[in-house]
Amino acid sequence: MNVHPTTAGMLLAGVLFVLGLISILVRRDIIFMLLSVEVMLNAAGLAFVVASSHWGTADGQVMFIFILAMAAAEVSVGLALILQLYHQLKTLDSDEAAKMNG
Amino acid sequence: MIGPAFYIAAAIAVLATIMVITRYNIMHALLYLVVSLLAVAVVLYLYGAPFMAALEVIVYAGAIMVLLIFFVMMLNLGKESAEQEKLWLKPRIWIFPSLLCIILLGELVFLVLQNHQPAAEVKIVDPRAVGMALFGPYILAVELAGMLLMAGIVGAYHLGRQKEKTLHRFLENNEL
Amino acid sequence: MFPALIPLIPFVSALLLMLGWKRLSRIAVTVIGCGSIGLSAFVAVLIAIQFAAGGEQAIVQHAGNWVEAGGFKTGFDLRMDALSVVFVGVITIVGFLIHVYASGYMHEEPDYARFFACMNLFVGAMLTLVMADNLLLLYFGWEGVGLCSYLLIGFWYKDPANNYAARKAFIVTRVGDTAMAIALFMLFQFTGTLRIPEILQSSTHIWSKGDPVITWIALLLLGGAVGKSAQLPLQTWLPDAMAGPTPVSALIHAATMVTAGVYLIARTHTLFELAPDAQITTAVIGAITLVLAGFSALVQTDIKRVLAYSTVSQIGYMFLALGCGAWSAAVFHFVTHAFFKALLFMAAGAVIVALHHEQDLFKMGGLKKQLKGIYWVFLVGCASLAAIPFVTAGFYSKDQIIWLSLSAAGGHTAFWLAALLGALLTGMYTFRLFFLVFYGDLKTHVHHRPGNSMMIPLYILALLSTIAGFIELPHTLGHVTLFSNWLLPVLPAVSVLHDSVAMEWTSQALSAVLALSGIGVAYAWVVWRPKGMSDFLEMPALLWLRGFWSRGWDFDKLYNILLVYPFVYLSRMNKKDLIDKLYTSLAALMQWCHNVLARTQSGLLRWYILGVVLGAVAILSVLIWRIYI
Repeated sequence: MNVHPTTAGMLLAGVLFVLGLISILVRRDIIFMLLSVEVMLNAAGLAFVVASSHWGTADGQVMFIFILAMAAAEVSVGLALILQLYHQLKTLDSDEAAKMNG
Repeated sequence: MIGPAFYIAAAIAVLATIMVITRYNIMHALLYLVVSLLAVAVVLYLYGAPFMAALEVIVYAGAIMVLLIFFVMMLNLGKESAEQEKLWLKPRIWIFPSLLCIILLGELVFLVLQNHQPAAEVKIVDPRAVGMALFGPYILAVELAGMLLMAGIVGAYHLGRQKEKTLHRFLENNEL
Repeated sequence: MFPALIPLIPFVSALLLMLGWKRLSRIAVTVIGCGSIGLSAFVAVLIAIQFAAGGEQAIVQHAGNWVEAGGFKTGFDLRMDALSVVFVGVITIVGFLIHVYASGYMHEEPDYARFFACMNLFVGAMLTLVMADNLLLLYFGWEGVGLCSYLLIGFWYKDPANNYAARKAFIVTRVGDTAMAIALFMLFQFTGTLRIPEILQSSTHIWSKGDPVITWIALLLLGGAVGKSAQLPLQTWLPDAMAGPTPVSALIHAATMVTAGVYLIARTHTLFELAPDAQITTAVIGAITLVLAGFSALVQTDIKRVLAYSTVSQIGYMFLALGCGAWSAAVFHFVTHAFFKALLFMAAGAVIVALHHEQDLFKMGGLKKQLKGIYWVFLVGCASLAAIPFVTAGFYSKDQIIWLSLSAAGGHTAFWLAALLGALLTGMYTFRLFFLVFYGDLKTHVHHRPGNSMMIPLYILALLSTIAGFIELPHTLGHVTLFSNWLLPVLPAVSVLHDSVAMEWTSQALSAVLALSGIGVAYAWVVWRPKGMSDFLEMPALLWLRGFWSRGWDFDKLYNILLVYPFVYLSRMNKKDLIDKLYTSLAALMQWCHNVLARTQSGLLRWYILGVVLGAVAILSVLIWRIYI
C-alpha cells in the first residue's frame, strides 16, 4: 500500500477524535465524559505531531507539549469539580447538574 | 515510511479506544485508555518524535491516567454505577450521536484524502529542535503554560477542599 | 448701560417666581413681579435717552455665543435702534402698567405667583424678540411668547374649554411659525448669515426686484406674521384666546404679542420692498381682515370678544399700512393702539370684576352712575379706538393710514374704501359696546369697586392714549413729524404719489364723518330706539347674517371641514396604526426566537456538545461543498 504517512496519521487522529466525541455525546457519567475529553485531546496532539513530521518543523511538537500541559491542568481542576459535585449531589450524573439551566 | 508497525499500533489504538467507550465499568475503561495511549505513543515514535512518545507514556499514561484511576478508587464506585451506566447506554440514546459523528468522520476523511502526494519518508524532528523552539520563539507560551499549571494547582486545591456544610441563614430554621 | 439687562431682568424674576412658587408671600410676588418690569422699563428709558443723545445708528451688545458650528455663528446679540426703542418702550411701559393693574385684578387668585411668573417670562421673551439682532434669537423670542400665550390662555386649566382655546392658539400660530422657520432657512441658504442688518444689506445685491426667491421668502415671513398677528387666514385663534385672564388679554392679545407680526415685517421691510407681490398680499390681507373682523365685532355679545375682534381689525390696519409701504404709520398705529387697547381691555376687566365676572354685554347696562371713574377712562379709550377727530391719538394714527392707503406708492382706491368702511364699523361696534355697558337700565348689581392699583394704570393709559397722537400730526393739521423722523434711520419714509392738500382734507373729513356717523348709528341702535332697532334686527335674513358674523364668518367651521375632520377621520381609521404593525411583528419575532433559544439553555451538557458537533458538521459541509463540489 502506498499511502502518504501524513494521510495515514491524520486518518488515525480523526478516528480517535470521533470515537472520543461519540463517547462524550452518549455518556451521562461525568467521569466518562472527562475520559472522552482526554481521548479527544490526545487525538488532537497526535494530529499536531503528524503535521510536524510532515513539514519537518518543531512547531507541531511544541503544540503537543502545550496540549499535554493543558490536559494535566484540566484533569486536576476537572477532578476537583467532580469531587465537589459528588459531594453536593451524591451522584455522577451530569444531567443532575442542570438546575441552574446554565 | 508506513510499515506494519504503524498499522499494528494504529489498530491497537482504535480497538482500545472502542473498548474505552463501550465499557460500563469505569475502571476497565481507564485501563483500556492506558493501552490506547501506549499505542499512540508507538505511533508518535514512528512519526519521528521519540521525545513526544516518551512524554506520552510518562505524563499521559503514567501521571494523568494514574491520577484518574486513584480518583475513581477514592470515590469507590461499585457495581451499582456500572449497572447504572448499562441502563443509560441504550441504543435509542447512542444511535443519533454516533451517526452524526460518523458523518463528521466522513467529512474529515474526505478532507484528509484530498492529499494526493506520493508516499514519502517521515521527517524526523529531533528533541533538540523542539527545545530550541520552546525556549526561543515560544518562550511566552511556555510562561503562559506555566501559569496555567499554577492556576490548575490552586484551583484544584481550592475546589477539592472539604468544606463543612454551610446552610444559608434563611434555610437554617427550616432544615433543623 | 447694557441693553441685555432689559430682557434679562424679567427672565430672572420669572425664574425667581417659578422657584419660589409657594414660598413667597403675596406681597413679595407683587414686588418681584411688578418691580422687575418697572426696573426693566427704567433701564429701557435710560438706554433710550443714551441712544437719542448718542446719535449712533444702533447700540449692539454681544451678550455671549449661542451656536458656533463650522462657519455658522450666532450669539445673543441685542440691538437697540430706533425701531426697537419704540417697541421696547411700549412693551415695558404698558407691560408695567398692566402688571400693576394685574396685582389688583388677580388679587383673589390662588395661583398668584404662577401668573406673575408667566407674565414676566412673556415680557422677557417679547423683549428678546424685538431686541434680537439675528433672526435666530428673534425666532427664540417668537416661540417664547407663543409658549407664554399658551400658558396664560390656559391659565385656569381646570376648565377644559380654556385648555382647548390654549391649544387652538398654539397650533394655529404654529402654522405661521413653520412658514417663518422655512423663510429663515431660505434666508440663511442664500445670504449665509442670520444677522438682520447683514441680511438687509446683502439682499439688495443678491436679488433683483420681484425675484421669485425673495417673493417666496417674503410670503413665508408674511405667513409667520399672519399667524402671530391673527390676520386672515389664521385669525381664528384670537377671539378664543380671550379665555385667559383679562390682564393677559390686554398685554399679550392686544398690546404686544399680536403686533409681533407688524414688527417682523417692519424689521425686514427691505425684503418686502424687493418683493412687490408679497407687499400687495400684505395690504390685501390687512384690508380684508379689518373689514371682516369689524363686522364680526359688531354682533358679538361677549365684551372681551368685541375687543378681540377689534384688535384683529386694528392690526389689519397696521398690515394695510405695511403693505402700502407706510412703515412708520404702521408702527405709529401700533403705539397708539397699544395704549388705547390696553386701556379698553383693562377697563373692561374692571367692569367684569365689578359685575362679578359677568362678560355678557346684554346683562350689563346703566353703569354710568355706578362706575364713574371707569366710565370716563372707557370713554377715552373708545373715542381713541373710534378715532374721534382732533383730540384722540387713535385719530391721528388711523387717519394717517387711511390717507396713505390711497396716496402712498403702494396704495389703491380699493384699500382706501376698505379702510373707510373699517372706520365706520369701528365707530359702530366701539360705541355699541360703550352704550350697552354704560347706558340703559341697570341689569346687574355692582358688587365690587376697583381699587387704586387698578385705577391708576387706567388713568395713565387714558392720558397716553390722548397725548400720544400729538407727536405725529398730518400736513393739514400742524405737520409734526417727530415720530417718523425718529424712525427714519431704520424705516424709509413713505413715498407719496398724490400729494394734494385738498385730497387729504377730503379723506380726513370722510373718515371723521364716517366714524362719527358710526357712533350715531350705535347711539340710535342702543340708546335712542332700542325697540325699533331690535325689531329690524330680528328679521330672519339678518338673524342668519348676525349668527354668521358672530361666528367669525364661519372660519372655524371651514377649517374643521377642510383640515380637522379629514385628519380625525384618518387617525381614527389608522387607530391600530398600520406602520406600528411592522415593528410589533418584528418584536414578536424576536420574542419567539428568544423563547426557542431559551429552550436550548437546558443546562444539559450533552445537548451543548451536540450543538457544537452540529455546528462543526455544518461548517465542514459548507466548506467541502464550496471548495470541492
